Amino acid sequence: MVKVTSTETETHMPLWEVFSQEKTGKPHTHVGSLHAPDATMALQNARDSYARRGSTNLWVVPAEAIVASTPEDSPMFFDSAEDKVYRHPQFYTIPRSVKL
Amino acid sequence: MESQLHSSDSSGNSSEDEIQREKRFEERIHFGERIEPKDWMPERYRSQLIRMISQHAHSEVIGMYPERNWITRAPTLRRKLGLLAKVQDECGHGLYLYCAAETLGVDRNDLTEKLLSGKAKYASIFNYPTLSWADIGVIGWLVDGAAIINQTPLAKCSYGPYSRAMIHICKEESFHLKQGFEIVTTLAKGTSVQKKMVQESVNRWWWPVLMMFGPSDKESLNSEELMRWRVKLHSNDSLRQRFVNGSVAQAKAVELTLPDPELRYNEETGNWDFGSIDWDEFWQVVKGHGPCNRDRMDLFHKKHKEGRWVREAAHAYASRHPVN
Repeated sequence: MVKVTSTETETHMPLWEVFSQEKTGKPHTHVGSLHAPDATMALQNARDSYARRGSTNLWVVPAEAIVASTPEDSPMFFDSAEDKVYRHPQFYTIPRSVKL
Repeated sequence: MESQLHSSDSSGNSSEDEIQREKRFEERIHFGERIEPKDWMPERYRSQLIRMISQHAHSEVIGMYPERNWITRAPTLRRKLGLLAKVQDECGHGLYLYCAAETLGVDRNDLTEKLLSGKAKYASIFNYPTLSWADIGVIGWLVDGAAIINQTPLAKCSYGPYSRAMIHICKEESFHLKQGFEIVTTLAKGTSVQKKMVQESVNRWWWPVLMMFGPSDKESLNSEELMRWRVKLHSNDSLRQRFVNGSVAQAKAVELTLPDPELRYNEETGNWDFGSIDWDEFWQVVKGHGPCNRDRMDLFHKKHKEGRWVREAAHAYASRHPVN
């Protein structure tokens, strides 16, 4: 892994993840990330960087606050979903003549 | 998440494991899966991507300079608004790309430092001067047009954060292309002086633009490996040919000529054959001896220095107003 360093003159700014809602009623989706010293500037920078052609709402989240599952554990972590066919509508049979 | 640095590290594993991992990695690429920041990847894949993405980011940043030249001298308010928005987009593209590079475990300050010290490269096309207003139109048409042809395939490349950044960028580039062609069309249909100005601009930019696709396939050192890893999806020469084919019809539509006496339609291949590129010029510019290399770097140093107080002030404010 490449060592993260900062130069003498440039101090490190925290990383923020940006989520944008394109239209009202739609979910917020991840659009990218940016560095900013605080939440107010993160939001302003997010608007300038990721919403130049519109958005209805923006979230900025400190990247370190996000907890994610790891790729190494993924097979086991999501395993239990694989064999539960009874969670899908195709598993169930109803009379052909009935429209649900 | 994009931001979370990869956790996998090859240290402490036997070479047997390493071979297995590499095999699994190549399989994933082969089946069109995307590689995400925390997934295992060969160090060489990581370093090649850092090189490509940061070089691309630097190009977006330095790419603002030739156009910046004409913001205050744009002929109308409409043109000024369009140009300002375009230059702001380039800055934004630099940001997306630096963020994509950071997911590979590098720090943006270090990347900036490499550009400041002259160790990092950027696209050599930006070392050519913008001498007339027509250049702004021709840059939008030809330079951005070539960039779109180069970049559209990257939106499908194997590294997730790079491909997502490219999708975003390509959408915005289409506005750049159109605003450029509108300027070119206006001048080409204008007075004889305007028409002469735009033709002269095309004559100057055409060959350097063809060089944007990089050295010929025979000379391109990194191509084979990058194509195997689906970081690159088409060869330099095939993308260049696609660009030439498209440009011929576009030039004809506005009655401009492309400065190449050898340009000829080839019935057999269905391509437009073109003359040979002056690769000596290309390597001269890459090595720092282009018309504007020094100007661009001087300006970058100046702007970096001038912006320091803004960064410091933001920090000072943040330290007194902690999050929450």
